[in-house]
Amino acid sequence: MSIFKKIITAIRGGASEAGEAIVDANSTRIFEQEIRDSEKHITIAKRDLTEVMAKQMQTARELAQLQTSIKEHEGYALQALEQGNEALAIEVAEKIGELEINAADQQQANESFLKSSDRLKVLIKKSERQLTDYKRQLSMVKTTDSVQKATSAITSNFTASNSKLLNAKDSLDRIKKKQANFDDKLKAAEQLDAENDDSSLKAKLQDAGIGAQQSSAQSILDRLKNK
Amino acid sequence: MNIHTIATHLNQLQDATETGFSFDCTPIDGDIDVLQVEMVGREEIPIFLSISDNQILCIAYLWGEDEVKADLKANMIEAMLELNIPMPLSSFAKVEDKYVVFGALSINSTLDDIELEVVTLSDNSLEVISAMETYLK
Repeated sequence: MSIFKKIITAIRGGASEAGEAIVDANSTRIFEQEIRDSEKHITIAKRDLTEVMAKQMQTARELAQLQTSIKEHEGYALQALEQGNEALAIEVAEKIGELEINAADQQQANESFLKSSDRLKVLIKKSERQLTDYKRQLSMVKTTDSVQKATSAITSNFTASNSKLLNAKDSLDRIKKKQANFDDKLKAAEQLDAENDDSSLKAKLQDAGIGAQQSSAQSILDRLKNK
Repeated sequence: MNIHTIATHLNQLQDATETGFSFDCTPIDGDIDVLQVEMVGREEIPIFLSISDNQILCIAYLWGEDEVKADLKANMIEAMLELNIPMPLSSFAKVEDKYVVFGALSINSTLDDIELEVVTLSDNSLEVISAMETYLK
């Protein structure tokens, strides 16, 4: 059964009650061991692959050398024939025969190394895919488990502090009111600031004798005298 | 990264914050460390932060099953699915009988990333409640 199905079944089945884990700790540990084992296997397989590839390159190099050598000896044999030296030509031909047997051996070894390196590569890819999948599944199990534990901690904290989660609409209303209250205060403060600015400007203007002037006692007296 | 580092960081931000909020963090005891993050002015909807092996989970509880108008539940869930992608950094989920919005961060996130996550999650949760009021009792 896939881990998704397991989690859904467990939640639906009521295993989500506080304290009860979706997947018990023991099977999680077994799962973690499986992951470590696969990691080990992949490391070993990669080391094997390096060895096989090295051997394959070695046989390829030897094969190339043998083939060059065969070509060289074919040349020698032809030269010997041109000189009419049949005996020498036969000796060279025997040598070519040896080289060819050798080359065939190397060819076979090379092909077999190629095959096993291909097989190892496929195997490693498959194991890596498996490992990624194991890790994903483990992360799902662990996350479900930790969310459960966190939820139970949060719930018991609310119960312990005798407060409970408010109804969503009420919470939003209260937050909005606080925000409005804060905005009002801010506006009031701004207005107050503006008024202060205004009155200080008036004072400056008055000092400079601009705008409406406060009537002084002297000016009142002058006005009365002129009547 | 552990919840105490995060709590210390958020609590000491004060005026140095780049998100404009003040935070009040309280660790909650339990099998797993949970940090309750309250944002000043939004205490009613705290963000709960927990850290597991490979991720940091931030969760805001929206409303309980009992607050949903039963006949509109299917519409509400559909609306949530449709909103899921447009909603920045957060996704909808259900934990036991509570609908939640949550964000998951890499365990290697910076403290600034976490602050942004918490603030965005809080903004999203207010916006979501406001947008989905019609589905609620």
